[in-house]
Amino acid sequence: MTNHDRPLSPHISIYRWPITMVSSIVHRATGIAMAVGFVLFVFWLADAAAGPEAHAAFADTMGSTFGRILLLGWSWAFFYHLANGVRHLVWDTGRGFEKAQANASAWFVIIVSVVLTGLFWASVIAAFFWGWML
Amino acid sequence: MSLRSPLGRVLGLGTAKDGTSHWWGQRISGVALAILGLWFAWSIATLTDYRHANTVIFISQPFNAVMLLLLCITMAYHSYLGVQVVIEDYIHAHGLKLFSLIVSRFAHIFFAMVGVYAILRIGIGT
Repeated sequence: MTNHDRPLSPHISIYRWPITMVSSIVHRATGIAMAVGFVLFVFWLADAAAGPEAHAAFADTMGSTFGRILLLGWSWAFFYHLANGVRHLVWDTGRGFEKAQANASAWFVIIVSVVLTGLFWASVIAAFFWGWML
Repeated sequence: MSLRSPLGRVLGLGTAKDGTSHWWGQRISGVALAILGLWFAWSIATLTDYRHANTVIFISQPFNAVMLLLLCITMAYHSYLGVQVVIEDYIHAHGLKLFSLIVSRFAHIFFAMVGVYAILRIGIGT
């Protein structure tokens, strides 16, 4: 007799990812992304030091649609890694390890990172129009 | 009964041979980067003009230059520690692991120095 009610998960690859697993993987992924972002930060400084032509080339690259998508990704990576880093610091004090707490804090970090990214780009756009009006 | 040798117990460094220094370095540089990173995000978000002249004025302000120097060096250090863990987790061949760690260290120090030189050159002048 086949029992259709028996649990089928976890299977080798058919597996509903717990949110804490996603948050852990994303923390590492955003960290690696920002290691690359560090090189971009140095290019920004070096091109500014090299002069107007080099800086214009940098600004054109990052101002393109593809560049803006990258910048959006990097800004979110920063706010996610920052918020989840604070989550790690709380864990370091021995708090927040209960399953319900860890699940809740994982979602909280995701929401905070999206809100901060939204605020950041709202400020960028507001400052641009402020400068344009002056 | 402990299987640890008396010397191992005295040194207290564990299997990684470097004790808690990596852990602490990552935590403290992370706290520093929370402050420096938020300052940088705020500064970039409130810049009204991304063109060269205004960018150079921003970088050459003494407080901004010092914050950018701290950000550049702390970011390189924190990034190195993170990349080190990733390399140690995924590369198991001893020779390739050692090679990757050395390349990563050289690259991080190189880009940190390029950043520091650029900031000083803009701030102090050529």
